[in-house]
Amino acid sequence: MNQMKRTSGLTVAALSVAALLAMSGCANQGSAGGGGEEGSSDRVELPVQEKLDVPEDVVKAAGDGKAKCDSKTTIAYVGAMTGPNAQLGINIYNGSQTAIDEHNAANPDCQVTFKKIDTEGDPAKATGPSAQATKEDNIIGVVGLPFSGESKATGGIFEDAGLVHISPAATNPDLSTNGWKTFFRGLGNDTVQGPALVKLVEKLEAEKTCLIEDDSDYGMGLAKVVKEKMGDKLECEDAVTTGQKDFAPTIQKIMDSKADTVIYSGYFAEGAPLDNQLVNKGFDGYFIGPDGVKDTAFVKQAGDAANNAYYTCTCVPGDLIPEFAEAFEKVSGGDAPGTYSVEGYDTMTIFLSGIDKGITDRKKMTEYVRDYNGVGYGKTYKWDDTGELEDKAVYGYKTEGDGIVSVGLIE
Amino acid sequence: MSAHSPLSSVGAKQAEAYGKLGHQRPNWYLRMKSWWNDRSRWQQWLILLIVVVLAYLLPVINPPLITTEPSNDFAISCFNMALYGLVALGLNVVVGQAGLLDLGYIGFFAVGAYTASLWTSPDSPLVHIPYLWTLPLAMIVTVVFGIALGIPTLRLRGDYLAIVTLGFGEIIRLLATIVPVLKGNTGFQNVGRPPGEIDGAPIFSASNGLPWYWFTVTFIVIVMILLGNLERSRVGRAWFAIREDEDAAEIMGVPTFRFKLAAFGTGAALGGLSGALLAGQVGFVNNQKFDVPTSILFLAAVILGGQGNKLGVVIGGAIVAYVPLRFTALGGWKFLIFGIVLVLLMIFRSQGLFGKKPKLLTYTARIRRKVKKEGPPGDDEGTPPKTAPRRGGAA
Amino acid sequence: MSSDWISFDFGALIDSFWATTFDGLTLGAIYALVALGYTLVYGVLNLINFAHSEVFIAGAFAVVFFLSALGFGPSAPTLPIGMLILDLVLAGIIAMVVSGGTAVLVERIAYKPLRNRGASRLAFLISAIGMSFVLQYIFYEWRGATAEPAVTMFRPKPIFEVFGSIIDSQQLTIFIAAVVMMVCVDQIVQRTKLGRGIRAVAQDPDTATLMGVNKERIIVATFAIGGFLAGAAALFYVMRVPSGVFYMGGFILGIKAFTAAVLGGIGNVRGALLGGLLVGLIGNYGATILGDSQWTDVVIFIVLILVLMIRPNGILGSNLGEARV
Repeated sequence: MNQMKRTSGLTVAALSVAALLAMSGCANQGSAGGGGEEGSSDRVELPVQEKLDVPEDVVKAAGDGKAKCDSKTTIAYVGAMTGPNAQLGINIYNGSQTAIDEHNAANPDCQVTFKKIDTEGDPAKATGPSAQATKEDNIIGVVGLPFSGESKATGGIFEDAGLVHISPAATNPDLSTNGWKTFFRGLGNDTVQGPALVKLVEKLEAEKTCLIEDDSDYGMGLAKVVKEKMGDKLECEDAVTTGQKDFAPTIQKIMDSKADTVIYSGYFAEGAPLDNQLVNKGFDGYFIGPDGVKDTAFVKQAGDAANNAYYTCTCVPGDLIPEFAEAFEKVSGGDAPGTYSVEGYDTMTIFLSGIDKGITDRKKMTEYVRDYNGVGYGKTYKWDDTGELEDKAVYGYKTEGDGIVSVGLIE
Repeated sequence: MSAHSPLSSVGAKQAEAYGKLGHQRPNWYLRMKSWWNDRSRWQQWLILLIVVVLAYLLPVINPPLITTEPSNDFAISCFNMALYGLVALGLNVVVGQAGLLDLGYIGFFAVGAYTASLWTSPDSPLVHIPYLWTLPLAMIVTVVFGIALGIPTLRLRGDYLAIVTLGFGEIIRLLATIVPVLKGNTGFQNVGRPPGEIDGAPIFSASNGLPWYWFTVTFIVIVMILLGNLERSRVGRAWFAIREDEDAAEIMGVPTFRFKLAAFGTGAALGGLSGALLAGQVGFVNNQKFDVPTSILFLAAVILGGQGNKLGVVIGGAIVAYVPLRFTALGGWKFLIFGIVLVLLMIFRSQGLFGKKPKLLTYTARIRRKVKKEGPPGDDEGTPPKTAPRRGGAA
Repeated sequence: MSSDWISFDFGALIDSFWATTFDGLTLGAIYALVALGYTLVYGVLNLINFAHSEVFIAGAFAVVFFLSALGFGPSAPTLPIGMLILDLVLAGIIAMVVSGGTAVLVERIAYKPLRNRGASRLAFLISAIGMSFVLQYIFYEWRGATAEPAVTMFRPKPIFEVFGSIIDSQQLTIFIAAVVMMVCVDQIVQRTKLGRGIRAVAQDPDTATLMGVNKERIIVATFAIGGFLAGAAALFYVMRVPSGVFYMGGFILGIKAFTAAVLGGIGNVRGALLGGLLVGLIGNYGATILGDSQWTDVVIFIVLILVLMIRPNGILGSNLGEARV
């Protein structure tokens, strides 16, 4: 094993060289390894929203506690629970589970069953689980599907079976143009959030904006709306790929354009390393992302680079609703409510309130949802003919410390 | 085993081990195999017929324990299994028959799916044709792609071919993202389906897996018969020769390049057909899932089933599709277990579950066995054939 | 139906040529380190070690955990420079040990039993793929699908300007350290007894055994060296992409590193270096000329196919056994 030792010896030596170089790099600048001065540029900071007024008449899952129903009555969650995009699905699922727990604890005579059906967020895999959900007669309402792709692949299946489903996260505008009577959306679509992104840029008084989109349906859809709004005002554009982690050419382009704002239309998995590498290259403007970026995982992964980040979201800041956050953490095992957790709760609550009113079949449930008009945590749920929400609230958020806080409604 | 291949000679005890283990098969397998080989042709056909009928009835019987419900609709699961079977059948021509290592088979699958969508989905600006016509069209288009890829690359050695095909698969996937007409992640909705209605509802719908399953199994049966004939023809013998020793084949007058191209094209066509079938059943096609890991799953299906054995690879494909659908509750563990199974399988049974001896001389083999049976008893069944197939790229 | 999806803007490349080049070389150096692992194993065993990408990411996980335990976090630490260097060197050593260990483990579990049985080459490939699945999903079950939080080692500082483009401390560190390590490996292979053993086994395992080379030990050493290099690459990778450590992170980088090894000539140590740097450069140039990051991989693979059409054994062609120069 003598040779082996020599090998590691040599490699260690090489590593020391690396370290020496790191030293020379840092020493050159005088202040050793200093950082965190980035926040000192003259950026406009929007004030943090301190509290969210929960409306008086908010519909809660518990109901009046006197509901009676068949214990076989089931609401299903159909969506990603495993796979690369699972986190969003888990946020929603835990939100819904919070509602179910609350309801079943308060209503001893109405124990609603909650069924979880995994699609992995993959359109090609989603038809099997969805068809299965429609086959089980006990399921009279579905929370899901979270992603636009799988929603497109399965909307027809639910339509054929007359099973109502409310998507708490899919934002592709085309989804509501299929004539599906059973499709409802528990949040504003891209045409709502896109303009809000632009509005946020204006609020921050940014002058030169770059638009970076990923290759997801979601990112491209939003980017299209932003492009329509901003047109020639965009300094540069670029497109990245899902799974990409090194963005040198993109960053070069942004730095060359001298932009002071980057709108990243995509998810946090690529957004975080992009923001991080941007700041490492000396970028000191804003990084603005939609709800796909607004995730505490983004803040963790981008490190202190995330201090320059603002977000838009058609979601309600669940952490500002203490009673919800508390109940949620019991279900999630300590995790704070994430993106779309509140929507998971609210959509489930709509179904539960229907069951409490004595609804036992799919047809009635569909009608009930169609005519529903109630206030959830922070947003009014009332749909138009195509299944789009009439309330189009978009909230602004920003990074604060290692979390994300609301800066209030953008509009 | 080529003496020049370092792998074959690595390991001090290797020679001994080879003699001892070679192609050891469990007893039941040998007995079954010899029983099967001793049946006459019509008996074999009859048994096959029963198997096929049972296969058709699988989703109707919906056997408990085996069923993928309640997490996945069983008929749709069966369709997916059949689809993977068909994919494995196609890839088997490339890997198992001609010995070309293809890591980018998913590319052909994607081309097929996109062909079907482009010519049937209302989201596409192209002329629309009936769905059934897209099946042959998809095969033609993928053959063109297969040849376009094959001509420059098939002269490469095994492992180089592997990375080039992998690159091809990735290029196809990325182009689906970049080229606007392919609509990237947005995808094509309402891809066509075969005609036919019962009570106003279409027979072939996304939620009803049964007709799709039968449709696909029918294709599998037809393709197996056709491939069986091809195998016994000049083409099949040429593939066999190439797989065993490309240089020798070339010297003996086999135009290896042309036959490799033929294998590549045949495989591509079947990949395209499978892709078009998937597009039809799901009714929605986007750039998701045409990625390298899925391509590797396809290859794993062929190896698992036993490359070279048509029925074996179909079963291998079905298993690869079935396990994740059946054990959804296991989350990531199912892939972990799958990985362990692959490693164990390669250690203990590297020819796959239903590995195949070269059956080129079926009839002669049977005669020889009959003659031997009358002679002194011996363990002739266990002896490894002299021409043990050397799988993988030809050096 | 727009047809402007492809357009060539060479002006963009000329404008930012040097900056693009420096970034490409940095990234390429990381690819090259990983590519060396593929190449060494291929040279000795004629086997694509598909699990090498997971060997790499195991090291990256080790870097993240070790540095987090030392208190590294989202912000660059305010450590005295000596401490910082010590920490990074330690992190590198730990990553190398973890990656090296994983590589040897993979060899023992997935390859040795097959070797003993004289399995076919495809069997090795599938076994490697199986091992790759196992490791990936161990990480998945353990850490989930989301990437690890960032550990920032230091904020890159400009060091000097070349042709009007800045070279920062991060680029310089990664590039020079990686190249130094690769030269070391090249020298080990060329000059040491171990290296002679490696070359002997690569050339002709049977004769090497007859000549008294302990083949099993050489094989383990080869995997270990490949693992060490992957571990070092992991340190640089985390330095550059702090949030790239997740269960599929190795796979994504591994494909490109493998491409690099093939491009340079798999089995050839210098080929891996050349291939790695080229893949880094080609990807960056391609993306700049074609205007979108999305083109990066397409360009890399097209160049690979074109190169292999002209030079079927990669640019430097020859294999490890024959490499004497």
